[in-house]
Amino acid sequence: MAKPPDILSRPKVIEVEDLVAHYGDRMILRGVSMDVREGEIMVIMGGSGSGKSTLLRHLLALEVKTSGTVRLLGQDIDRLTPLAFQELRKKMGVAFQSGALFSSMTVGENIMLPLYEHTRLDRSTMEIMARMKMEVVSLAGFETLMPSELSGGMIKRAAVARAIVMDPKLLFFDEPSAGLDPVVASALDDLILRLRDAMGMSIVVVTHELDSAFKIADRITVLDRGNILFLGGVEEVRNHPSERIQNLLNRRTEEEVLDPDEYLRRLTGMDVGDGGERMGGVL
Amino acid sequence: MTAGSGTRDRTAGVRRRIESLGRMTVAGLEELGHGGALLGESLFWLVMGPRRKQPVRRDAVVAQMAEVGIGAVPIVAVLTATIGVMLAIQGIYTLKTFGAESQVTLGIAYSMVREFSPLITGILIAGRSGSALAARIGIMKINQEIDALRVMGVEPVRFLVVPALVAMAVMLPALTLFGDLIGLFAAGLYVSADLGISLSAYADNIIDILSPNDVWHGLGKSVIFAVLITLVGVVNGAAVSGGAEGVGRYTTRAVVHAISAIVVTDMLFAFVVTRG
Repeated sequence: MAKPPDILSRPKVIEVEDLVAHYGDRMILRGVSMDVREGEIMVIMGGSGSGKSTLLRHLLALEVKTSGTVRLLGQDIDRLTPLAFQELRKKMGVAFQSGALFSSMTVGENIMLPLYEHTRLDRSTMEIMARMKMEVVSLAGFETLMPSELSGGMIKRAAVARAIVMDPKLLFFDEPSAGLDPVVASALDDLILRLRDAMGMSIVVVTHELDSAFKIADRITVLDRGNILFLGGVEEVRNHPSERIQNLLNRRTEEEVLDPDEYLRRLTGMDVGDGGERMGGVL
Repeated sequence: MTAGSGTRDRTAGVRRRIESLGRMTVAGLEELGHGGALLGESLFWLVMGPRRKQPVRRDAVVAQMAEVGIGAVPIVAVLTATIGVMLAIQGIYTLKTFGAESQVTLGIAYSMVREFSPLITGILIAGRSGSALAARIGIMKINQEIDALRVMGVEPVRFLVVPALVAMAVMLPALTLFGDLIGLFAAGLYVSADLGISLSAYADNIIDILSPNDVWHGLGKSVIFAVLITLVGVVNGAAVSGGAEGVGRYTTRAVVHAISAIVVTDMLFAFVVTRG
């Protein structure tokens, strides 16, 4: 595994600067800055509600941000024409948490879909390419099955095969180990490592599984309540003195400290910042 | 409870109702806007798709046409035949009062072609294909399949909505025309049995009565119904949240809204066209 100092000398393939994002009035990301280097596996870690899935959705340009910059393969995604953006999408592959396979298509058709949409290859060539990717993810022979006939682990592997069928430069995984037994999850981790080593892809993995994160990561970004707590190598994260990071690593929950006004606001659903007089008027 | 607190309660209640009415109005307008934007986007991809390297796939349109059209043929036949016979029964019964039963053909021809065939076919397709479209898009949204399309660089409106819209806009008028023929034929069978008019005389009478404009009136309406069914289905499918329960809720909503939209549009269309 490459050490972080070596990685830092490589070019940046993903750059995020001061990213602020909201869902409605709620601020989810509070000025996040990070980068991913060529050929590395960057794991984004954090507890529930830390903003890691939101960060991933912004990296995939699936959400509209409040402010900040996201650059993918050196291109600012806000400044791209639709056609250029479509070209950029072809260099990205995503394996969603649920697999997101199209239930009306067979596994083989699912994997061929990006080829069918973006290339002029004939069907037999596309079938051969899909079979090659199915070999990579150890799913050979399952191309005629429907997604509903696959197990959880097989769905995730089929999703990976679809994600890599266009040989993308950037590969994203959303919670790859979620819902899998430890053996299958470990096999999926090995697959992610193989994809980096054999195909030189830059990979971003969002997960809350510590074992998986430590096994595959070159670097780890630790998110907490919309802020980056730490970004660095695996050992640095493990030995970090921050109590919050250690709590996360040791699966300790933190008591949330609430001020009385905030507590009242949650109970009543109303703004009580002016000492409760407005409450009297409404209730 | 004091008098003051009672007045306050009433004021709060009225305010809540006005607020909820306002929210519903805004949500309704938002959905209308969403539907309009969706139609614009669909037409854009239909025309500009090839230039944007995202042509609408012919095989997807054909598959949708088979799903919307071929599968609905038996039930459209049964219902339009039933409506045709019903019109004949009611027409003969009503006209008997004036001793003018032989004029029943006039009523059957106009009602079937201009009104009942497009309306019944539209309602049937709203229940059958509009609901299926809403459920399909809702499930795809929950299952992150729409996100998967977007990250693959496949525009979801072009991939999912345009084939459904084109298929619906072709197949609904085709089914309506089929419904016209079946309904008129079934009515003819009843009329000839009841009044002793031969089937060929009935057919000649129908051809004399109907002008191409009457047929176009029904077919034109069915194209509008097709667009409404598709847009309502997609807007509701895209609004799904909250898992399987959400899919059920929005699918039902799609059918109710589509049928309401069809009936109201039918009335408006008839009003506008008959004034012209």
